[in-house]
Amino acid sequence: MNKVMSNKWIIALYVLPALLLIGILIFIPLILTGYYGLMDWDGVGAMEFIGLDNYIAALQDLKFWDSAWHSFLLAIFSTLSLGIYLAISLILASKIKGADLLRKIYLIPMLLSSVAIAQLWIKVYNPSNGMLNYLLMAIGVENPPAWLADTSIVLYAIFIPILWQYAGFYILIYYAALKNIPESIIEAARIDGASPFQIAYRIKLPLIMSVVKVTIVLAVVGSLKYFDLIYVMTGGGPNGASEVMASYMYKLAFTSKDFGYGSAIGFLLLIITLIVTVIVRKATATKEEIQY
Amino acid sequence: MKNKKAITFFVAILASLLVLAGCGSDGDDSSSNGNSSSGDSKTVKFMHLWPEGSSKTHNEIVSEIIADFESQHEGVEIELEVLSNEQYKDKIQVLSTSDELPDVGMTWAAGYLQPYVEGNKFAPLDDLLDGDLKDQFVSGTAEAYAIDGSTYGLPLELNIATVFYNKAIFDEYGLEAPETYEELTDVIQTLNDNGVNPIALGNKDRWTGSLWYMYLADRIGGSDVLTNAINRSGSFEDPALVEAANKVQELVEMDAFVNGFNGLADEEAKSMFMNEQAAMYLIATWDLPNYTTNEDVPQEFRDSVGYFNFPTVDGNGDTNSFVGGPGVGLFVAENSDVKDEAKAFASFFVEQWGEKSVTQAGVIPATKLDAESLELPQMYVDVLEDLNSASNLTLFADVQMSPDTAQVHLDMIQAIFGMEVTPEEFAKEHEDALSAEE
Repeated sequence: MNKVMSNKWIIALYVLPALLLIGILIFIPLILTGYYGLMDWDGVGAMEFIGLDNYIAALQDLKFWDSAWHSFLLAIFSTLSLGIYLAISLILASKIKGADLLRKIYLIPMLLSSVAIAQLWIKVYNPSNGMLNYLLMAIGVENPPAWLADTSIVLYAIFIPILWQYAGFYILIYYAALKNIPESIIEAARIDGASPFQIAYRIKLPLIMSVVKVTIVLAVVGSLKYFDLIYVMTGGGPNGASEVMASYMYKLAFTSKDFGYGSAIGFLLLIITLIVTVIVRKATATKEEIQY
Repeated sequence: MKNKKAITFFVAILASLLVLAGCGSDGDDSSSNGNSSSGDSKTVKFMHLWPEGSSKTHNEIVSEIIADFESQHEGVEIELEVLSNEQYKDKIQVLSTSDELPDVGMTWAAGYLQPYVEGNKFAPLDDLLDGDLKDQFVSGTAEAYAIDGSTYGLPLELNIATVFYNKAIFDEYGLEAPETYEELTDVIQTLNDNGVNPIALGNKDRWTGSLWYMYLADRIGGSDVLTNAINRSGSFEDPALVEAANKVQELVEMDAFVNGFNGLADEEAKSMFMNEQAAMYLIATWDLPNYTTNEDVPQEFRDSVGYFNFPTVDGNGDTNSFVGGPGVGLFVAENSDVKDEAKAFASFFVEQWGEKSVTQAGVIPATKLDAESLELPQMYVDVLEDLNSASNLTLFADVQMSPDTAQVHLDMIQAIFGMEVTPEEFAKEHEDALSAEE
């Protein structure tokens, strides 16, 4: 078997199917999207080459920058909430009673489809019949906000289910990483007289730092290209108040029938995400890798 | 060892073959298609958007019509594909870019149709309209599918918007169906004073608010003012159009609409009306079955629903002028291999659809009907009579406009209802978007 695996041709042959799939489904469409961005095209009729006009228009499009700002806000909130997930994982991993059950409960939102989550939270947020406003009125709030209709609140109201949706995923990752830390290290620290807080902060956290970095990248990238809940819950409304880059792209391409412009926005979204990823990776880079 | 190597090779080749086969299935399809159209039996591909789950009666009628057509036309087979609304829209778009449109399919009027006609994807159907289908359609319906003098779609449905209201609630507070804007505001005031939501509105969908705006514009400025602004023979900064936006905000300020309407979907608003949480609901006649024949809705509620035509405003306006338009229509693909059969099927479909749709599915068809001869609930008879005496039918604004401008209009509708813009800004945004297209 070793002989087989050291044959470069065999390796190439094994990689080929996956490479073909990725090429056809990801890289070629990526390049095509950039190319369509150079066109004036309604998605149905003939294309007309217009150079960089779409990209220039996008850079001057206030609605695009608004949606980009909303995406960045989501990225910031997702990153901040990682701290909460980390705290929860630390508690879960410290052998408390029922940790197993709790871990499964935290994971449930991740098992639901985005549309189901969206429908659930639409019901929760319903201004007249929703659970949230019902509770607020029960404790004496007279005019509870219309969560998804108020342009100053709607964005944050949607962030909550988005963060809730992914909480289980990050908790699961952190929990697995924490469980991987050898018991002997913790024990040694304990014998040396370290408090639980010191163990968490000085021992466990540095040891799983590489995982934390990965989750930061995942959270940022995932937020920048986020689409599902926003599309179902508000469609980017009212009047663009909850529009993010991906929903704006979809709207331009499929509703306004401006495929060229939509493609340009899509390509810009890719570039922005790439740049941010590089920045995040640079910012979190450290020289030493901790081995255990 | 050698044997093992051979097996590895074999597995790897098999894997890549599978991948290639997956990519190649497209080619197989078209070749088998070619065979069938050159042989004796011809296959007409037909795509519609009424899945059995969500539109059961529609789906059944379609099946009946297809069965009838196949039995009357030996050697022609209808190949069916059914998708739900949004998926249908996406798929049609994708298919059209790769020139694989079904032979017969469904389309919407005016603005939606435009790119397909300009891209030469749909066949003109004038020969049908001058032939078998001459004078079959209610006036104003087939015209909505015409571009540059040719008609590219055969309308199936006709919907007009009216205000449905809950008679039980109205009776409770001694109210009557309003005939003027002042009476409407009085009704709203009384309902608000008694803690009843006056009007259910789901403006997340935006076209719902557009209906209110369109009717106000129609009553204030006459039936042409909005249409003229859109087709550029007039201006959107017409005082009547600004005043209509002003009236919208007047209604919002007096809490005419349910709380948080800009975040509610039309479905949610509808359920508020149907749960008797709101007294009025402006929607088009596609909702008639819910208030007449739908057995899933309590009889008591159905009996308590009435409708009135949108009131006059400041003594202006004609209550027989309606906002509405044809819903879906049939298109025939320009590059179809079986165009004659496809046209025959489309024509047959429209003829059969008329009576069946109204009696079985409760749809108001776009073809002319004799209401007296059919056994229909009273509300249908009333609506059909209203249609006969209609002085004007203004097509839904977002359908009249190009997709691009329609987005501006719909976003502005949310903004004007949400008090984010002034009526003047509202009109100016429209004017800018419309004049940018000239």
